Amino acid sequence: MVDKSVMARQFIEAIPHAKALGLKLKDIGDGMAVIAMPYDEKLIGDPKTGVIHGGAVSTVMDTCCGAAVMSHKDAPGGTATIDLRIDYMRAATPGQTIVTTATCYHITRNVAFVRAVAVDDDADNPVATAAGSFTVEAMF
Amino acid sequence: MSRKRPEPMQVVKQRRDAALRALVQGVPYIQFLGIEFDRRGDELTGLLNFNETQIGNPFLPAIHGGVTAAFLEVTSIISLSWAYLWPDIENGAIDVEAMARGEMPGLPKTIGFTVDYLRSGLPRDAYARAIISRSGRRYATVRVEAWQDNHTRLFAQAVGRFRMPQPAREPRD
Repeated sequence: MVDKSVMARQFIEAIPHAKALGLKLKDIGDGMAVIAMPYDEKLIGDPKTGVIHGGAVSTVMDTCCGAAVMSHKDAPGGTATIDLRIDYMRAATPGQTIVTTATCYHITRNVAFVRAVAVDDDADNPVATAAGSFTVEAMF
Repeated sequence: MSRKRPEPMQVVKQRRDAALRALVQGVPYIQFLGIEFDRRGDELTGLLNFNETQIGNPFLPAIHGGVTAAFLEVTSIISLSWAYLWPDIENGAIDVEAMARGEMPGLPKTIGFTVDYLRSGLPRDAYARAIISRSGRRYATVRVEAWQDNHTRLFAQAVGRFRMPQPAREPRD
């Protein structure tokens, strides 16, 4: 059997928008994924402060949650977001990489449930958290 | 007492369009995604110009869910700012030229954002409109919907909660 993590990694790395954002898959396996987004001026949402736009954080969160689902042992193939909720605790510090960690904590035949957290260099103090549900699709 | 003569239409239009342009073009991420706004009076419609870098699933292909979420969030923030700034744009209290030079007014900050994905985003332009459910002094709640081709077939909707920008000088005695 093909290693799920290898398959998921190939899928994530082939996503055009993930490339446009410079996303880096740091770790994946067993329903868990870690993705980093380096700071980039083109992602600024508040020109006064240089803070990254929430939309870019949403994208890493969504990508990371999807990767976590695909790497779960009970997920046969791809996935799509059903809903995703993001709560912003604080502004990410300008200049720092944002690292998201997602966990697929429950999966049924049809739905996968995922939680995620995003941090910058101050890893004890989350920038944002996310919770969502995802579809469970057949083989690629 | 006669009422003040209304300003010429071009003057009003020029001021509104300049303010909107400054608001939208001042944010790098909005430019990165290729989002524009169409204005009719005080009503805004977000326009997401499709390009290949927005793809999230190359096999379908479909727009990345993150791009959809970002489009909805950008539309919410701009619509909310626009509604908040509108009275000052109308009465001339906002210096539109200063805005264009980069002296931007404070923007609402997102507290939370919840997106429902209703169908996959096709590889083509998308549109979004925000409805401000409530905008108070400190907090605001916004509903926002996005569609492609057919307005009645939404491909995503969201609810956002925001912290409103605080005026620099708070009169207190």
